[in-house]
Amino acid sequence: MTLQSRPPIGPVVLEIDDIHTYYGNIHALQGVSMNVREHEIVTLLGSNGAGKSTTLRTISGILRPRTGSVTLRGKRIDNVAAHDIVRMGVCQSPEGRHVFPRLTVDENLDMGAFIHSDAQVADDRNRVLTLFPRLRERLKQRAGTLSGGEQQMLAIARAMMGRPTVLLLDEPSMGLSPLLTDVIFDAIKEINATGVTVVVVEQNAQLALSIADRGYVMQTGRIVLTDSAAALTQNETVRKAYLGEG
Amino acid sequence: MAGFEFLLQQLVTGIANGMLITLIAIGYTLVYGIIEMINFAHGDVFMLGAFSALTFLQLVGAQAVRRVRNVDQAPSPETYLWLVLAMILAMVFCAALNVMIERFAYRRLRRGGRMAPLISAIGVSFMLQNVGLYWKGASPVNFPRFIPQIDLVKEIGIDSFVRFTTKDLFVIVVTVPLVIALTVFIQRTKLGKAMRATAQDRDAAQLMGIDINRTIALTFLLGGALAGAAGLVSGLYNNTANFQMGFSYGLNSFTAAVLGGIGNLNGAMLGGVFIGVLAALSDGYIDPRWTPVVIFGTLNLVLILRPTGILGQESAERA
Ligand SMILES: Nc1ncnc2c1ncn2[C@@H]1O[C@H](COP(=O)(O)OP(=O)(O)OP(=O)(O)O)[C@@H](O)[C@H]1O
Ligand SMILES: [Mg+2]
Repeated sequence: MTLQSRPPIGPVVLEIDDIHTYYGNIHALQGVSMNVREHEIVTLLGSNGAGKSTTLRTISGILRPRTGSVTLRGKRIDNVAAHDIVRMGVCQSPEGRHVFPRLTVDENLDMGAFIHSDAQVADDRNRVLTLFPRLRERLKQRAGTLSGGEQQMLAIARAMMGRPTVLLLDEPSMGLSPLLTDVIFDAIKEINATGVTVVVVEQNAQLALSIADRGYVMQTGRIVLTDSAAALTQNETVRKAYLGEG
Repeated sequence: MAGFEFLLQQLVTGIANGMLITLIAIGYTLVYGIIEMINFAHGDVFMLGAFSALTFLQLVGAQAVRRVRNVDQAPSPETYLWLVLAMILAMVFCAALNVMIERFAYRRLRRGGRMAPLISAIGVSFMLQNVGLYWKGASPVNFPRFIPQIDLVKEIGIDSFVRFTTKDLFVIVVTVPLVIALTVFIQRTKLGKAMRATAQDRDAAQLMGIDINRTIALTFLLGGALAGAAGLVSGLYNNTANFQMGFSYGLNSFTAAVLGGIGNLNGAMLGGVFIGVLAALSDGYIDPRWTPVVIFGTLNLVLILRPTGILGQESAERA
């Protein structure tokens, strides 16, 4: 696989400022702030239940923060409907894939392109099928009958059909073999090289840090650490907690 | 009448009625499929569809009605025009009504668990029945005999006791294309796929940029339009309408949807024709008074053997 040269890191495109998100009475996000620059890959690390998925769901507008703000290219989006946030260029491949099980692979891709109806959709489709050739062989198959890895590819491909400028990936390696994980992460690098800004939530911290520019570490609803990926890889706490050392 | 011909006759009646039931059952099943709610007011929307078509035909078609008094006579060309207009009116009226019901009586309750919208639907059902009562009174009203009752079997020169009349043909000619059009819409178009996507995973659908509220409204619109068409067809087929017809037809249609597997479009069609034929066979071979027992007995039996209905998915798989 030939890696294209990456476009240069630009200004901040996504800014999250002190958001508090609740599930009923459960105070899941307790003042999360982070920012993402154009063309970056930023990873969000943290143990189970830290609030990583909640953060992504709040960015996408599936959840509303009770206080705090989410800003996309200078525009507040924390009050924008989820389906309109997609139109603003933020697409998500959610945790657990959430493909539409009784639609075919092809129909799932159609839904990914729901907001577009121009001729470019056919090119996009070709592009994601080149990225994940396995999906091409299974276009007419119901998504619910795909293997976990194939569903993960479909979830990412489907998100790409929305032509994101910011792509949110929630645990893209979950439940995958090391080999498939490599395939997925190569694809993420390639997607990023085409100019897409990526936020990736991962349990596999080593892998995430290996492709990321910067990282944030979450613990019980708060950001406890942020640094460049290289520095985080060397960080004592991170090594102990997430890189399986100590 | 020979045994075989009698059977054939019951089948003709059963299929015609079954197609009507199917049109209404689709409204139950589409709505259930997308928000897992039984829209108890759906049968009454159908009833108001019949009433709106009737009012229209009485207003504008008075002369046309007079001209087709003789029921064995082919209708005049304008009659067809009035019928098409009445059909469009009933469909638009019921579609709009159903969308408004969803907007004002169900949408806000969607987050409040399953019970709240259900109770609201029962309330809406009572309201619509009372609107019907006020509109056309308590006793059954006659529907004009726009469709002549010519026996096509005799017409083509076959000597048989079986009657397949222009009325039966009318029901099939109207309902079958509607059901096919709906199926094509849901299977092939982008909005149809969005409806299925929303039914399967609402959060994921939002992440595709699908407006959930609009998609649900679209579902009510389609179900309402079919109920409106069914209202007109039923009025012209049975030549009568009353404010309680929504309850009886609604019950049969709901049963058909559950029997076929609620939430499943093919299930509604299968269940509709099945219930129609079953009712006709029971009417003919047992006794019309026993027909409800036969229908609900069969429903019980099917649900005991297959709790999800004939074509229904496991609820875990549906989620
Ligand atoms: N639907 C929900 N209802 C109530 N509480 C929830 C819900 N979803 C998450 N939570 C709670 O919010 C907190 C954050 O959950 P979240 O899913 O964001 O964690 P996470 O960092 O993504 O964890 P994981 O690595 O396991 O995916 C947890 O304490 C969780 O129990
Ligand atoms: Mg998570």
